[in-house]
Parts: sequence; C-alpha cells; structure tokens
Amino acid sequence: MSAPVQEQPGQARPRREVSSRLPWILVVPALAGLAFLVLPLAGLLVRAPWSTLPQRLAEPHVLEALRLSLVTATVATAACLLLGVPLAWLLARVEFPGRRVVRALVTVPLVLPPVVGGVALLLVLGRRGLAGQWLESSFGITLPFTTAGVIIAEAFVAMPFLVISVEGALRGADQRFEEAAATLGASRWTVFRRVTLPMVMPGVVAGAVLCWARALGEFGATITFAGNFPGTTRTMPLAVYLALETDPEAAIVLSLVLLAVSVVILASLRDRWVSAP
Amino acid sequence: MFRRLSRWVLTLPVALMVAGLAGCGSGTGSGATATSAAGAGAKEVTVFAAASLTGTFTELGKVFESAHPGTTVRFNFGSSATLAQQIVQGAPADVFAAASPATMKTVTDASPAGSPASFARNKLQIAVPADNPAKVDELKDLAGPGVKVALCAEQVPCGAAAAKALGAAGLKVTPVTLEQDVKATLTKVELGEVDAALVYRTDVIASGGKVRGIAFPEADQAVNDYPIATLAEAPAGEAARQFVDLVLSQQGRDVLTKAGFEVP
Repeated sequence: MSAPVQEQPGQARPRREVSSRLPWILVVPALAGLAFLVLPLAGLLVRAPWSTLPQRLAEPHVLEALRLSLVTATVATAACLLLGVPLAWLLARVEFPGRRVVRALVTVPLVLPPVVGGVALLLVLGRRGLAGQWLESSFGITLPFTTAGVIIAEAFVAMPFLVISVEGALRGADQRFEEAAATLGASRWTVFRRVTLPMVMPGVVAGAVLCWARALGEFGATITFAGNFPGTTRTMPLAVYLALETDPEAAIVLSLVLLAVSVVILASLRDRWVSAP
Repeated sequence: MFRRLSRWVLTLPVALMVAGLAGCGSGTGSGATATSAAGAGAKEVTVFAAASLTGTFTELGKVFESAHPGTTVRFNFGSSATLAQQIVQGAPADVFAAASPATMKTVTDASPAGSPASFARNKLQIAVPADNPAKVDELKDLAGPGVKVALCAEQVPCGAAAAKALGAAGLKVTPVTLEQDVKATLTKVELGEVDAALVYRTDVIASGGKVRGIAFPEADQAVNDYPIATLAEAPAGEAARQFVDLVLSQQGRDVLTKAGFEVP
C-alpha cells in the first residue's frame, strides 16, 4: 500500500517519470526475449497457405482430429475437476504427515517429459501392466489404443495445472468464513459446497481452463500410451506430427488451429490467472 | 593510496575466480580443445540416417573415425520422412541415408545432391511377443478377430511397405495404432501391448530375442531399398564422400548383412 494521498480512482500513475528512467539494460533483453517467444508463432502465420486454408480445414481427417481433441480435452478436464478439486482441498486444508512430499509428487507431471508419462502409464495400465493385466482379466478392459486411453494420458499431464491453481486459491481464501459457517451448524460437506467452493470459484475456473488447454496440446503421453489411429486416438497434435512427414503445409494449418485456440484461451484468462490470490 | 589498495583487494578474488573457471573449462572440455587443436585437419561429418540404421551406422561411424583420425561422425537418426523435411528446411547435413527412395527423392528434388546409391535392402517380418498370445503364424492371421496389430503409419517407409505387402496378399487389416516409426511399432510388441506388428527383419534381430520374427512370402513384394547420397551443400565435402564409400565398401556390406540387411 503506497501513500494514496492524491491518487484518485481511475487516474493513471504519473507515467513520464517512469519512462524517463527506463533502464535500457533491462529493456533490450526483455524485447529480445519477447521476440524470441513470438517470432516462431509469427512464422507460422507467414508460412500458412492462406488461400487453401478453408478447404484444408474442412477436410474430414482434420475435422475428425479436431473433434476428437475437443472431446477428449473436455472429458479429461471434467475428470480432473472431479479428482483434482478434492485433492487440492486436501493439500490446502488438511494437515497430514508427508504433505510436502505429496504436494511435490502431484506436480511431477508438470516437469516430467510427457513421453516418460506415457511409458509409465503403459507399464501400469497397459495390457501387460501392473493394473492393466487385472483390468483385462477381470473386466475385459484394455486402455491403450482407445479414446479412454487418450483421456487418461491427457488427464495425467493436465491435472497438476488444476490442482496448483485451486490449491493457491484455497490458501488465499479467508478461512474465517468456513469457521463461521461451521459454528452456525453447517456440516463439513455443506461448508465446502456452499462457502469454500464459491469463494475459490475463480481459481477453479482458471485452473480448469489451463487444464483444458494443456490437455488439448498433449502429445507425448498420448502417442506413447494411446497410440495413433484416426478417429480413435489421433488428436490434433498427433495429426500435426504425422502431417509433417509428408505434407508440411497441412501441418502448418493444423498448428494454426491449435495456436488460435491456445491464444484465445490464455488471453481470456490473463487477468484471472496472473492476479490470482 | 588506500582506496586503490582496497580496489585491488576486491579485484583479486574476482580475477582468481575467473582464472579458476577458465582453468576448469579447459580441463573438463578436453574434447573441445582436442578438436580445435587439430586445426585444419579436424572435420565433422554429419549423417542423417533412418532410425532402422541406428545400430549399423553407429558401428560404421566408429570404423570411420578410427580410419580417419581427427574426423568425427555425428548422427541424426529418425524417421526418414522427418529427416528429409529437416534437410529440405536447411538442416546442415553432409550425408543422407533414407529407408526408401521416395524420401530420398524429397531431398534430391529440393536441392541437387550426389546421385543416390542403393546400399541396403530390408524386408518385413511379422513380429510377435515371445509367447505369441494370439497364435499368429502367417500374414492372414493379422486380419483375424481380436488380434491387435500395430503398423507404421503409411507416411513413413515401413508403413508404405506394410501397406504394399498387405495389398499383395489381398488382406484388409485394421490396426489398433499407426506408429510414427518402426522402433515405436516394435516397442508395442516388446511390451506385449499388441499381438503382432509388421516391422523390418533387422529390427527383429536387433531386439535380441524379445520378439519373435515370422517371415512371410508377400514380403518379397514390399522390399525396401535404402539409398544414400552426399548432399550438395555438404560442409564436410571430401570426408562425406569417404563416409559414403565406407558404407558401400565390403566392410560396410559386412556390417549391414550381419544386422540382417540384404546388400544389393
């Protein structure tokens, strides 16, 4: 809280003073960094075959991959909400031994190479995997090479985004409201549903959107665990990778679609994500 | 006087640190210094080669390096089609060894290259897990109900060959996955996630008994020729040609046949 003596709402801070003292030693590398991140994306736009874009986008295999991507990312996000919000609540509200370790483990998929995640899933949930063996012999369910496998791969990689976001929101929320509700006789479940959840809703929404965007872009774990078959497991990122083998222009078109979706998502999220408590 | 002294006192440790770091650098980076010390004689040959050549070319690279002291061979192994795209987009390669004439053509169409020479030939086999759970014995078993099959995507050479072989046999097989290269396809068999896959004979041999290979007659109609060429802009020039000569030599043929390739 800086001295708000003369400041009025809506009035910008004195800008001139700041700009006259621009430290160029920071501004130059900052601009270079910006260019480094943005130029490759601009390259996609420059090289895109704009004239044939509509036909290419309307091709059945493109629509098929896009539809599959949207469906799997959405279902994966729903699964992450179902499992991730309680997990975030556990991490933020319940003291238990080894909580730090658990929190670290939850975020591992964030930094793990997705291919490693795919291998791990294959070794556990594959047909010969630890749990997969039992799934097949008892229920006749095999997950690799199915759309369900894609959803699992995406959820594995994307869930930490949701958990981190919701946990942050829970830690920032004022617990006195929950305590007040509890002293007024509300059950724990009611407190969670009627007080806690509405309080952290912006965090949940931001987390879910990030989670969805990450699931949409998932490649490594998907191709390793779920394989690559049109209509069943070939999502947009896989289609991009395969298109690059023979038809780079098609790969550019598919990449543009993913880029557009990601930019819209992140731009709409900017304020919520950056200024989250 | 005192001020100057104190400045020196401050500077000295910094100077020592810098010297120490420099010392460490030259100590640990002996590889780098060796190459630069060799001066004009030091060369680097960059070879882009199909993933199925990983074993044989790594071996030939060592042979080449010991025959040409001071020259190192760097490999970029991957799907031929991906490599071809990388070269077309300007990746600095001296030699390209592809798993099919079609992928080589992508490169030679885009920029002039030395005329490609065919140096190896690979045939498909059916790969099954060691315990062969689906009892696959011949090609038509792949079309059987409940048999999980992995194939390479048709965009890559092993997939094109698989499609040709299945076409020759008049079979319609619905795979559960179309993998992006032959190694990934084989891995799915090794892990037992699929019951069978069509991969190269050389890959079955390279797996060292983890999968069983079954030869089938239609494979003769889907033989893959491996062309090799030096690239027009090859920065290594002469050394690149020497590496291609080694691959085409008797010594090269021996390494390739040992790995299960046929040599033209």
